[in-house]
Amino acid sequence: MAQIIAQEIVVDFPIYGAKSRSLKNAFMRTATGGLLARDQSDRIIVRALDQCTFEMAPGDRVGVLGHNGSGKTTLLRVLAGVYEPSAGAISISGRVAAMLNISLGMDMEATGIENIYIRGAIMGMKPQEIDGLMDEICTFSELGDYLYMPVRTYSSGMAMRLAFAVSTSVSADIVLMDEWLSVGDASFAKKAQDRLNRLIEQAKILVIATHDESLVRNNCNRVLRLDHGRLVAAETLNARDAALSP
Amino acid sequence: MWLADINRHSLRLAAKDIVDGLSSIYIWPMLGWQEIRQRYRRSLLGPFWLTMSTGALIAGMGPLYGRLLNQPISEYFSYLAIGFVVWILISTVIVESCVVFIASEAFIKQIRLPFTVHVARLVWKNLIIFAHNLVIVALVLVFYRPTWNWHIWLMPLGVLLIAVNGLWLGLLLGLLCARFRDIPQIVASLVQIAFFLTPVMWKSSMLGKYEWSVKWNPLFHFLEIVRAPLLGGSVSAATWQAVAIITIVGFTFTLIFMARFRSRIAYWV
Repeated sequence: MAQIIAQEIVVDFPIYGAKSRSLKNAFMRTATGGLLARDQSDRIIVRALDQCTFEMAPGDRVGVLGHNGSGKTTLLRVLAGVYEPSAGAISISGRVAAMLNISLGMDMEATGIENIYIRGAIMGMKPQEIDGLMDEICTFSELGDYLYMPVRTYSSGMAMRLAFAVSTSVSADIVLMDEWLSVGDASFAKKAQDRLNRLIEQAKILVIATHDESLVRNNCNRVLRLDHGRLVAAETLNARDAALSP
Repeated sequence: MWLADINRHSLRLAAKDIVDGLSSIYIWPMLGWQEIRQRYRRSLLGPFWLTMSTGALIAGMGPLYGRLLNQPISEYFSYLAIGFVVWILISTVIVESCVVFIASEAFIKQIRLPFTVHVARLVWKNLIIFAHNLVIVALVLVFYRPTWNWHIWLMPLGVLLIAVNGLWLGLLLGLLCARFRDIPQIVASLVQIAFFLTPVMWKSSMLGKYEWSVKWNPLFHFLEIVRAPLLGGSVSAATWQAVAIITIVGFTFTLIFMARFRSRIAYWV
């Protein structure tokens, strides 16, 4: 059962300047008394998300729209479980695949095959599961014998192909994406889009952060609009529009 | 007080982090190995470069300090070699604990993993290095073989206890250092001083009537549980008790800290 329920979630980033990040100052504040009160008022806070309430259910294809710095990525990271909200409550059920940084953990000195195992493990797969997907990943990446070479010998496009091939090999209930993933040259890009669409079709919930309105019109059936961390609008899009693929 | 925010729920989440982290056996062993391989890829000796440099240091220091301290060379040499290799394990775990979360920032901010994974990776990496350094110990023991008793079987337990204590220390120091960036510097200098204040190069018996003072040095006990069995001695009951108390108190304290501040780590790194 895939479901996301967020109730008035707030994400506050404390900004520790040169002043309050050193231990000396914390001791001094304790020594001068009133730690909590002064701590609350002294500390500079960036409120990245402000009392956002929403629900997502199976079948939802949610586009998160907003300007730079409006809190889109922070929202995705909350959904990925990276940030626990400073206030409010969030409950997420279902296996989450966060495609926030698909090359995370890749080792340039290791071979392509080794990197498939590394990426796979980080995404929560067992070696046996990866073994089962290995042929498919290798074929899809079209890297051939390069898979036995260190990744540092790859072009950046080739490295992205590999990262994309592994990251999209998992099946998940909830897929999170920061901007639409697109990799490779023209012919590969088409293949990649098909693969991504297949992954998304299998997923119960898709959340994609972007500032591309047309992308959202084409792929989503719901929109959340963020402005300065506040949820300013939640719309349901026409089902007819949503049925079309990019 | 910050203690007020701790409840059964947050304590359970903290305990869950440790359990889930340790049971992620496909992640931290791999990441630990990867870190070592990354450093030594394309080098001929690989991780044995560490063994070489440690070995050279011991080979140089053994005869010198044996002479300076008026010790029979064969006995002192094995004492120093084992003590030094164990000291490297302990001190590196302490120093690296400080940056365990800071250095894993990329992971922490992109993907949800139990925080214990990063600490387990750190301890595992240092255990691998320790295993490489054991070559030196084996070599020394071949030449200066002490008479072993059944206590030798306790040596793996000693290593395990060091690793287990590295876990809570890594979580606690990692968390504190993520928030207060001065602590890594403080810890680094303290560890340096501790090397001279802990019986690694010298023996506690050399202190004469002040021998009791080493009992107040927690690092001494952790050295002893590995060193004494290997040298054919026995580990005193007081040392076992000290290690047990440190382990229990350490984990309790860490659990409380984790319950309160675990969710803040991602915000701090």
